[in-house]
Amino acid sequence: MEQLLFYIFAGILLFAATMVISVRNPVHAALFLVLAFFNAAIIWVLAGAEFLGIALVVVYVGAVMVLFLFVLMMLDINTAPLREGFARYLPVGLLVALLMAVQLGAVILSERAELIGGTIPEPAADVNNIQAIGGVLYTVYVYPFEIAAVILLLAIVAAISLTLRRRGGTHQQDVAKQLSARPEERVRMVKGMSGSSEARRENQ
Amino acid sequence: MIELSDFLILGALLFSLGVAGIFLNRKNVILLLMCIELILLAVNINFIGFSAYLEDLAGQIFVFFILTVAAAEAAIGLAIVVVLFRSRGDINVAALDAMRG
Repeated sequence: MEQLLFYIFAGILLFAATMVISVRNPVHAALFLVLAFFNAAIIWVLAGAEFLGIALVVVYVGAVMVLFLFVLMMLDINTAPLREGFARYLPVGLLVALLMAVQLGAVILSERAELIGGTIPEPAADVNNIQAIGGVLYTVYVYPFEIAAVILLLAIVAAISLTLRRRGGTHQQDVAKQLSARPEERVRMVKGMSGSSEARRENQ
Repeated sequence: MIELSDFLILGALLFSLGVAGIFLNRKNVILLLMCIELILLAVNINFIGFSAYLEDLAGQIFVFFILTVAAAEAAIGLAIVVVLFRSRGDINVAALDAMRG
């Protein structure tokens, strides 16, 4: 039963991946990639990696692919010139892919690798995958975890600083300028204000 | 029961499809990024398969960090694509010859 489910979802995953690389419209390619990620998440859950399956759906389908779709729809791209050379590179691309698949398959299925026949054990009923990951993630792998946080911060700063631009003609606050303002520069003390209306009239 | 070799062959096929996609869509930067995502997914499937087979959580932790780095890479790559589109008006890789490399 589990094996049947695995083959069904693996088939859909490979179909979606084929459509990603061959479909004409990039938006459709992004949507097929979403389908591929969903099926990969199901396969991971079948293998007992529940936390990562949910994380794949939340992070990839929820954030990364929405970002892809956002950029695809924001940029007004003429896809016709981007497709040229597709037919020309089809034979060499398929040849390289086939060669690579055959080589990897030969390695995996060779007798000496001793990978055939190994079955994935049933997860024990009392083992909680999320609890187990949390148990090692914050103890054994705490430094990599913090480095990952720094990498995410770096990505935020890099993405914002790359795409930030100042356009002329718009009104923007300069916070540094506002904070460095002193009263002496802004307020002018005027003496002899009493009877000023008469003095002004005389000046005129 | 799912066999380990099923996982590995699935990962190998997905990796090959990603590499073929890089050959076929070599003009469109966004599709190139998507093919890189496919290749990373293939690598992650291998990690999950071995992690389940050896009953060792280290593989799943590694997948967690690969997901983190891949998300950061996608964000920065798409930001570069947006800047590229603003300055040049298209994202054709063949037109990127400003550095005459």
